[in-house]
Amino acid sequence: MSAWEPVIGLEMHVELDTKTKMFCGCLVSKGDEPNVHTCPVCLAHPGALPVVNRRAVEYATRIALALNCAVQPRNLFHRKNYFYPDLPKAYQISQYDAPLATQGWFEYWVGGEKLRCRINRVHMEEDAAKLIHAGGDTGRIAGSDYSMVDFNRGGTPLIEIVSEPDIPSPEAARELLQQLRNVVIELGVSECNMEEGQIRWDANVSVRPAGSAELGTRTELKNMNSFRYLQQALDAEIPRQIEILEAGGSIDLETLHFDPDTGTTTPLRSKEEAHDYRYFPEPDLVPLQVDPAWVQELRATQPELPAARVERFMARYGLSRSDATVLGSSGALAAFYEEVVAAGAGAKPAANWTMGEYLAHLNAAGLEAGHGHVTAERFARLVRLVEEGTVSISAGKEVLAKMIAEKAEPEAVVEKYGLGQISDTAALEAIVAGVVAGNPAQVEQYRGGKQQVIGFFVGQVMKASGGRANPTLVNELLRRALAGG
Amino acid sequence: MAGLDPLRLTAQEAKRHLVDGDLSAAELVKLYLDQIAAVESRVRAYIRVTYDNAAKYSTKVDREMQATRGPLAGLPIAVKDNMVTEGVTTTCGSRILRDYQPVYTATAVRQLWDDHVVMLGKTNMDEFAMGSSTENSAFQETRNPWDLATVPGGSSGGSAAAVAAGEALWALGSDTGGSIRQPAALCGIVGLKPTYGAVSRYGLVAFASSLDQIGPLTRSVGDCALLLRHLVGRDPRDATSVDLPEPIALPTAKRLDGLRVGIPKEYLSAGIDPGVRARFDETVARVEALGGLCSEISLPHTEYALAAYYIIAPAEASANLARFDGVRYGYRCDSPVDLLDMYERTRGEGFGPEVKRRIMIGTYALSAGYYDAYYGCAQRVRTLVRRDFERAFAEVDLIASPTSPVVAFKTGSLISDPLAMYLCDVCTIPVNLAGLPAISLPCGLSQGLPVGFQLIGPAFSENRILNAAHALEGAIAFDAAPTFSDSTAEVRP
Repeated sequence: MSAWEPVIGLEMHVELDTKTKMFCGCLVSKGDEPNVHTCPVCLAHPGALPVVNRRAVEYATRIALALNCAVQPRNLFHRKNYFYPDLPKAYQISQYDAPLATQGWFEYWVGGEKLRCRINRVHMEEDAAKLIHAGGDTGRIAGSDYSMVDFNRGGTPLIEIVSEPDIPSPEAARELLQQLRNVVIELGVSECNMEEGQIRWDANVSVRPAGSAELGTRTELKNMNSFRYLQQALDAEIPRQIEILEAGGSIDLETLHFDPDTGTTTPLRSKEEAHDYRYFPEPDLVPLQVDPAWVQELRATQPELPAARVERFMARYGLSRSDATVLGSSGALAAFYEEVVAAGAGAKPAANWTMGEYLAHLNAAGLEAGHGHVTAERFARLVRLVEEGTVSISAGKEVLAKMIAEKAEPEAVVEKYGLGQISDTAALEAIVAGVVAGNPAQVEQYRGGKQQVIGFFVGQVMKASGGRANPTLVNELLRRALAGG
Repeated sequence: MAGLDPLRLTAQEAKRHLVDGDLSAAELVKLYLDQIAAVESRVRAYIRVTYDNAAKYSTKVDREMQATRGPLAGLPIAVKDNMVTEGVTTTCGSRILRDYQPVYTATAVRQLWDDHVVMLGKTNMDEFAMGSSTENSAFQETRNPWDLATVPGGSSGGSAAAVAAGEALWALGSDTGGSIRQPAALCGIVGLKPTYGAVSRYGLVAFASSLDQIGPLTRSVGDCALLLRHLVGRDPRDATSVDLPEPIALPTAKRLDGLRVGIPKEYLSAGIDPGVRARFDETVARVEALGGLCSEISLPHTEYALAAYYIIAPAEASANLARFDGVRYGYRCDSPVDLLDMYERTRGEGFGPEVKRRIMIGTYALSAGYYDAYYGCAQRVRTLVRRDFERAFAEVDLIASPTSPVVAFKTGSLISDPLAMYLCDVCTIPVNLAGLPAISLPCGLSQGLPVGFQLIGPAFSENRILNAAHALEGAIAFDAAPTFSDSTAEVRP
């Protein structure tokens, strides 16, 4: 059936969280009054000159190293020329044929399989200003009465990461993007906030006969501002191309706009009529010399990245790959988990509780890992109470809810609400006897060989005990009572 | 004040008078404002004279700064109108910036203001410094005070004419392909283009970023050194600026004993006016009389330098001038129908013909498919030109040539022949391509008009150049002064 295979490449832009802009001293800041973070340089007043932000080079280099790129000791800035109101110099200072870093690779996991995508380049540039289209009711340029420019964003350091066309499926594209985003966040160089557009991407996609080594004609997909849209757009574009090719047609090299409302891709502009950007070396900046010793220093101070941490979690805590991936992908969640373990909780129960109850709490409260309403230390004590059998698993969930609601210690909650596990054989025997007596039909089934009915009895006993009965003991007592006829 | 002649007074002399206390800053400024009142209607060197500021500020220097005076306090200066000055309109000689109010001040000007220099005004120039005659100004033609029927050279023609006409004690200009040295030569004064990077370009409205340098136009070599030492230095706002390896010293040399001076044969072959050649040969003889050792050298790629320059400079200019789009400041056309219409009419109406010509040449040279043939090739030529100089400076200490192959030409005589106009800069352009320092000093008259003598040195050899020029200046003893005559009027019956 799959006579065709897709080939996907990604081009990603990441705004760096530097204090100041790429080529001037203006603050990088979101949400302020328009045009307050501006100066002659980022407004392109006559005579103003750019100066490279050293911290931006550091951040970009950290990304390049994380992507296993060769950092070039001498690289150049170029001018990319085009007229638009959001580009005050009418050229963007970018990098062209001598970028910061080249020839890297990134490993990522898709459904238990490790894939490698080659990275073509990582380069530095500056972001454009923000256009606000006003009047009319579309919020878009078509149909608006006038447009305004907010130069606060203009000149924000921007990194472009270009992958090779190595990605085999829409799902893989989404996974790669998510995992790469986690890496950038881990590096501390960008929060990659998607609503604020701190990370943006385009995709190139073509299809070819399965197994072929040649690349087909590609299209470029734009306007996919969520991971879901990326996958949807690719899922729509690939069959479109296959259909054309199977009908004997050919693919046009063009840019397509993804419409999330219809889930389809439509042509934006043809590459043939695309701009001639007239790149040439930026004469206002000298070639950027990146000292290899400095790069070594950065390499030595890179934080632990998600992929390495997943391996470490598997080796050190004996977790499965999928558990290690859930816990290890985000630095904040990983740190929380490790604190819980360090505070005395067992590695596996700590993993289960963190992935289950802690994440559920964060989701419910809309909070980021590490910012939940329970500390790792208290959480660890709760996990230990469960491990020790002081509270049951189901009671433990209730304890957590009350700990959060009342900002209380786990032991105090257990005490106050009597949530301690019942391991008193005499007390449980009474409950078990009652349950057995009250359900003669099920008793018959059990004794007739339908052993799985035991689950029903356990449930009834747990219910009768308010969830506090020690399940192991309940099991044992039930089997004895049922067998005892 | 009696006895002070604005046509002859040097900044060093004026400074001595101010220090001695027999002259106040206000009196000194008045000397120039009076001369402006007397001759500016004929010379038209200034786009804007800042009368009030100059008068007020000089009074302030006299009254309040006795103890805290900067080293150049009270010395009045004219500034080419392509250096932005906060509070003073900066036009760059262009309609597109006719009313532009800068929000900051160029570093070079700021340094002088910090030294309490008094600014007299902003001088006329070829639009965006593109030209060799100052006829490309959107506002006025500046005339050469030696003959009002001729041009002062360009593009810093306003600054050169102002100094020559005694309308300024000294001036700042900028030099991309000869724009300080050529007008200095044509106006009979001293002009120096520093090593690329020696003076901050921050606030200099860019023409060709890899070639532009700010420098002094003065009445003497000593003044040139005095002003230069207050302009140079690395500026954190200009990534291409550097600190000089040694400070600029005031020149004292009287002799040139043992100084090896190379005369490039390629600079003397093409179309040199015989009078210019004669003054040049006499000056070379003076170099030898002072103990210098002159020899012929070769700079073999000279013939390609002009062509390379007219690719590189317009290419950079096409990007540098793209920011004048009518969006944020400057001229904007009336009632544009859409964005493209605003861009096209704003730029079509805002720029003059020479600027448009160069933007089009530069845009073409950078276009896909032509880049390697034009821009790439020009950059390789630039490297060869630079190597020519490096090789030459292994053999000689300085290189000498005429600054301009011709003396001041009649207004209007070349304006419709751009190629002939471009040839005016044939001896100065290679110096910019190589980023080297060079000075022009007056070495006599031909047909009653000044002739300039150029000395080129290796990078950062400003002190060597200034010392040699100083010794030569003493030997030449050029003491003619402009007459404000008009040869057109004389030939009229």
